[in-house]
Amino acid sequence: MNIGIIDYGLGNLFSVAEALKRLGCTPVISDDIAVLQQTDALILPGVGAFPDAMKQLSNKNFVTFLQVQKKPLLGICLGMQLLFESSNEGQLTEGLGLLQGIIQKFDVTQSRIPHMGWNQLQWHKSYVESETDYVYFVHSFYASHINEQDLMASADYANIQVPAIVQHKHITGMQFHPEKSGDLGTALLKQWLKEVAK
Amino acid sequence: MLTKRIIPCLDVKDGRVVKGIQFVGLRDAGDPVALAKYYDEQGADELVFLDISASHEGRATMVEVVKQTAKTLTIPFTVGGGIRTVDDIERILRAGADKVSMNTAALDNPNVIKDGAEKFGNQCIVIAIDAKYSEDDQTWMVYTHGGRNKTQWAVVDWAIEATKLGAGEILLTSMNRDGEKSGFDLHVTKAVREAVNVPVIASGGAGNAQDFYDVLTGEVDADAALAASIFHYKETSVREVKQFLRDKGVNIR
Repeated sequence: MNIGIIDYGLGNLFSVAEALKRLGCTPVISDDIAVLQQTDALILPGVGAFPDAMKQLSNKNFVTFLQVQKKPLLGICLGMQLLFESSNEGQLTEGLGLLQGIIQKFDVTQSRIPHMGWNQLQWHKSYVESETDYVYFVHSFYASHINEQDLMASADYANIQVPAIVQHKHITGMQFHPEKSGDLGTALLKQWLKEVAK
Repeated sequence: MLTKRIIPCLDVKDGRVVKGIQFVGLRDAGDPVALAKYYDEQGADELVFLDISASHEGRATMVEVVKQTAKTLTIPFTVGGGIRTVDDIERILRAGADKVSMNTAALDNPNVIKDGAEKFGNQCIVIAIDAKYSEDDQTWMVYTHGGRNKTQWAVVDWAIEATKLGAGEILLTSMNRDGEKSGFDLHVTKAVREAVNVPVIASGGAGNAQDFYDVLTGEVDADAALAASIFHYKETSVREVKQFLRDKGVNIR
């Protein structure tokens, strides 16, 4: 399977690509819509700030493409946050609007920021079989006001139920880094690829 | 709730792990990629590579090591040593590391913290602080060059300043304790922990599993603990330490 990794100038594309290779897929890292259209599914990675990321996506004409295309799309970390309606990181910025919800910052008086390290997933819907529930998070913002129907798994941090896995039709988001989350991370990517293959 | 993290540290020189690591069953005990994989399987939550190469060639080799490691490792890893500029940071992150750690370079030029954090996010900028108690100053001061040179910075002040500039994590090494195996320096760790709002990794002095418990719980409450020799020389293992902590009710992966 060819999996397109959207290269819009942000994020560690390398480790996502390596994780896909370990699972027998061919990662196609590209900033060219024509090339990405030839793949079986898309991954939107991302590390950094929401407004910069939207600006880069817009500069490279990805916004409309991502809004209309129907291939399975997996957003990871900031890439997941971009799938929602808007974010108040810096100034209020519109997102891709593929999922219902807004991105907001953790309350700094409640917790150490970033939410960095291994946290336990609470399952809302069954997704994978695994001996461990821990995955690796690194983020300072989280999705709120989401559609509860979309919530597959969450993690508790700073007295907040942080959406960790969301899914709506062909759109999937993972707030943590599955490519850095040991065996469970691998199992989650495998499960997503299984759905892609369907 | 976040788990406490246990982090082995590997010193790498010219692409080889130094400090005679004693592993049975590893064909090449100096191979950083094989050791990284070993620690991943042991349950390490993260790894730190410290590049102690002195030469340009040695540094170039490190980039290759990072690339190879990123291919096999399924946990995050940090690379420190010889990273002085935003270009250096980019080279290491592009090779597949998740974070970079800076020590002297950040003291010489604090703007590299700010520039690095703005470009790559503060989550990947780790500031390593070598702390040593100074009788003259009656407090912990920041030292460089393996504890030989004292800077003008008090440890807590520098930790606050580095965090303001954009550091996403503090790796705090007690030079008084380093290699002593008498336990982490709980006082300085607690002082820094209370002063900053980013995760603090305690380092220096780990001798046994109880030492990890002491620094990760109670008043000290460090987010992570790092050790090198006790894991390398198999005095204990990552797995044993984690089981000990788990049995005592610490939240562990």
